[in-house]
Amino acid sequence: MNRIVVVGGSLAGVSAIDELRRRGYDGELTLVGAEPGLPYDRPPLSKAALTRLVEGEEPDDLLLRPAAWYDDRDVTLRLGVPAAGLDVAGREVLLASGDTVSYDGLVVATGSILRPSSIVDQLPSVHQLRTSSDAHGLAAALRAGGHLVVVGAGFVGMEVAATAVALGVTVTVVDIAPVPMSRAFGPALGSWFRRRHEDHGVRVLCPSGIARTEEVGRRTVFDLAGGERIVADAVLVGIGTVPAIGWLEDSGLALGDGILCAPDLTTSAPGVVAAGDVVRWDHSLFGESLRIEHWTNAVEQGGHAAATLLGEPAAFDAVPMFWTDQYDARVRCLGRLSPADDVAVLTETERSVVAVTSRAGVVRGAVCINAPRRLAAMRAAIAEQRQVEDLLSAAPAAS
Amino acid sequence: MAYQLLFEPGKCQGYANCLIEAPEIWDFDEDENRAVLRIVDPPDALRAKADASARCCPAQAIRVEETP
Repeated sequence: MNRIVVVGGSLAGVSAIDELRRRGYDGELTLVGAEPGLPYDRPPLSKAALTRLVEGEEPDDLLLRPAAWYDDRDVTLRLGVPAAGLDVAGREVLLASGDTVSYDGLVVATGSILRPSSIVDQLPSVHQLRTSSDAHGLAAALRAGGHLVVVGAGFVGMEVAATAVALGVTVTVVDIAPVPMSRAFGPALGSWFRRRHEDHGVRVLCPSGIARTEEVGRRTVFDLAGGERIVADAVLVGIGTVPAIGWLEDSGLALGDGILCAPDLTTSAPGVVAAGDVVRWDHSLFGESLRIEHWTNAVEQGGHAAATLLGEPAAFDAVPMFWTDQYDARVRCLGRLSPADDVAVLTETERSVVAVTSRAGVVRGAVCINAPRRLAAMRAAIAEQRQVEDLLSAAPAAS
Repeated sequence: MAYQLLFEPGKCQGYANCLIEAPEIWDFDEDENRAVLRIVDPPDALRAKADASARCCPAQAIRVEETP
């Protein structure tokens, strides 16, 4: 293998480059990325980096790696030009500029793009948050203060709500779901998040539908399904993302909700592996197909796909993990959290929660809020498929 | 091959990912909201976990270095 191309200026892409060189691959290595700059870290864009931007500071530490890192690894950077197509028979990536890039081995790590939204189509001034450029735009709006309306009570929406209210912005969150964060955490933990946000002064309108929207001057008017009218100085729509696989539609690569991959992260095309948000694969631990849009998964799959490409395939079966920080709540999640699973709270105090999810008595996931020292044991319980009964009997005073 | 872990506590942001990846090596100070390195030169048997703890630190506060 002499020409490896990584498509996606992303965490998974950088991790793949790291592992390819670490394993001694010394052929050509090209990174293709849609955004103009070097790959950067996204989670801070809704939290600390957003705060700094609003305060007029430019976050200087968002780059995943400094420029010298790519030089040291002899990586050819083709940034600012998105991939537009893939010829799997001819082993060529087509770029939006019309150029083509040939490969022996290809890592697809194009990540996610914002989910299309009718609200965004109707209201040109609303903000979304995926890129650094998006964060700059949102920060400028928050700097003006006033009333921020967040449409969508998921990760990005609630993190931005927490950040904005701490900066003195008035915040209202609207979602059709009964509680915030419900898709990730279900009703019980969702209520915990609602209380946190309300305690900090965020108005949480869940469940609440939007009947009509209209831009009036520089403001946006929402008529809610319940009859109330709210007026926003700034709007953030945070309704999630979809995998960035549009450029692969005509490639013949097997696609579904993501790129359909074997457990070793190979795709249906020879010499093509995938990593990160775009990957849909069968996870042996949970007996179901997963697609994971979280930081650690991108890191681990990037390295894993690189190893597979270099001829050392293995099933990817890491226990998933993700986090969200809202106010002083540091939420760490492990395994598979499915709304269909049972939830058992092992310990709960004013400040911290440890809960596990299970199916047919077998532990599948865990949520630890402000309880970092419990994380390792929870991860082991998931990996070892322990009985939830064992954890409950071992838990100290699960009142 | 011998190696050691280099940890910059000033960079740590309390993600606790290291603790998830390698509980044998890391502990956590909840008051300071910071990881605590328990073993600077872990045994070879923990190398994969040591590497994972470095790789999965979003704050890039952990490095693994070969020692001659």
